[in-house]
Amino acid sequence: MEARVDKVYKIDTMKKCEQPLFIADVPAGFPSPADDYEEEKLDLNKYLIKNQAATYFVRVTGDSMVGAGIHSGDLLVVDRSLEPEDKKIVIATINGEMTVKRIRRKNKKIFLEPENVEYSAQEINREMQFEVWGVVTNVIHSV
Amino acid sequence: MNQVFALVDCNNFYVSCERVFNRRLEEVGVVVLSNNDGCIISRSNEAKALGIGMGVPAFKVRSILENNNVEVFSSNYALYADMSDRVMQTLSMFTPEMEIYSIDEAFLNLAGIGDNLTDYGRQIKTTVEKWTGIPVSIGIGSTKTLAKAANKIAKRTDDANIVVDLTDSNDIDKVLESIKVEDVWGVGLKRAAKLRYAGVETALGLKNADTNRIKREFGVVGVRTVYELRGISCYRLAQNPPTKKTIMVSRSFGRAVDDIEELKEAVACYAARAGQELREEKTAANFMTLFVMTTHSRPYRRIFNSDTLGFPTATNYTPELINYSLNALERLYRSGTCYKKAGIILSGLVPENKIQLSLFDEFDRDKSRRLMQTVDYIKNMMPESNLRWAAEGLSQPWQVKFSRRSHRYTTRWDELPEVA
Repeated sequence: MEARVDKVYKIDTMKKCEQPLFIADVPAGFPSPADDYEEEKLDLNKYLIKNQAATYFVRVTGDSMVGAGIHSGDLLVVDRSLEPEDKKIVIATINGEMTVKRIRRKNKKIFLEPENVEYSAQEINREMQFEVWGVVTNVIHSV
Repeated sequence: MNQVFALVDCNNFYVSCERVFNRRLEEVGVVVLSNNDGCIISRSNEAKALGIGMGVPAFKVRSILENNNVEVFSSNYALYADMSDRVMQTLSMFTPEMEIYSIDEAFLNLAGIGDNLTDYGRQIKTTVEKWTGIPVSIGIGSTKTLAKAANKIAKRTDDANIVVDLTDSNDIDKVLESIKVEDVWGVGLKRAAKLRYAGVETALGLKNADTNRIKREFGVVGVRTVYELRGISCYRLAQNPPTKKTIMVSRSFGRAVDDIEELKEAVACYAARAGQELREEKTAANFMTLFVMTTHSRPYRRIFNSDTLGFPTATNYTPELINYSLNALERLYRSGTCYKKAGIILSGLVPENKIQLSLFDEFDRDKSRRLMQTVDYIKNMMPESNLRWAAEGLSQPWQVKFSRRSHRYTTRWDELPEVA
């Protein structure tokens, strides 16, 4: 019988059907419904440290700040880039000695206040070598 | 657009690092010693005023140090490296481009910052000093050489807050006249002697020198310095320092060592350190040189001996490095000899992902890579764990002495600063 062309089809280049060499290795798998919701893990560094270059850790000794939840042996996160505004808890040095206290500014005077009735506040006077070393942002306390 | 460079240089860097965490050291004489407490490598201004020179052996100035109650510290490189990182990180906020030139110096590109460079410089200075506690000097110029010169001027002024900007200076020649030719960046003592002989005494003299003559005497490098002094920028920021060509780990021992077991521990320790550095740089080494040096006690000469070997396959696998280094040590060791120093140099560095495997390689490279990753991870996460290879020994009696080292305040949980 004579062969003849019945109909000519145009090649459709618009459709693509790529066959993967191996289908995904999931025998009875169903895609995890959580895939779309994946987020970064929680990072304590990001939570505690806003300015890495200016942040230091300091260890507490003594109980002068227990009222503020700062106990002996606790770790303080200290940011040197922050301004020591009134009522901030700061690391200050008086005559070369480092201390953690709450800073108060009243009538152009500066006081360092403890948070423990057994200690008294200290007024900063001109004879003292005084400076604020950094501002405490967090306390890390083991329980 | 005109080029503007700033050179930021930390003042008395190692001493300043000590002062950040020990506020009692402010305004007293302080010096920091090199490895093994040998030489003076950093001095506070008070110590400089006592006439204590840079690089002087500590024993030569012991009485000056004692009579003036100068505080003496062993070097605390963990602390200095961390503080350097903090300074550089802070500086990077002020410029799109910078070149970390050394542990305590950086060039910043300030082109396009605007007219008030002095104010901008002050802002940089105040920020670094507040965030890190490290005082810095800043010099600004239209070339790196002029920025260096400006920094020199800033350093020798008494005003601690000064920022020297030479870009809009009309009396730049007057400034250059006050700088000795040997203090010009890139000149050095040897060239300075030649220049002085030819009548060039100051930076200004060099700026006005005949470039043809300079080229004959000092080549193109010398001409570049002249151009840079004239305000024509020849050096750009080297933003990406070239990858290391060799890695060297070498230390003097705390005391003379004649026992091969102790030497083996030291060499294994250096090999482990070198391996870690290779992996940090993501490279592997093709060659290793081990060298040993004896003490110098008259009438005996100092003996230097070394052995270089090639690895069958480029490697950064610490047990392999340790094995080869110990074999080399056994070849070099002479009993009855007192050794003072040993070191390992790794060369022929190649990227670790381009290692040519040897035909007869019998290692499970993948397994060893995973092991090294785990070891490095633990060492980084828990430096106080003291994880090490058994070959490095436990008590390490040969270790360098850091008898007066301060706390590693920023890198060890158990050495943090304490507040009451």
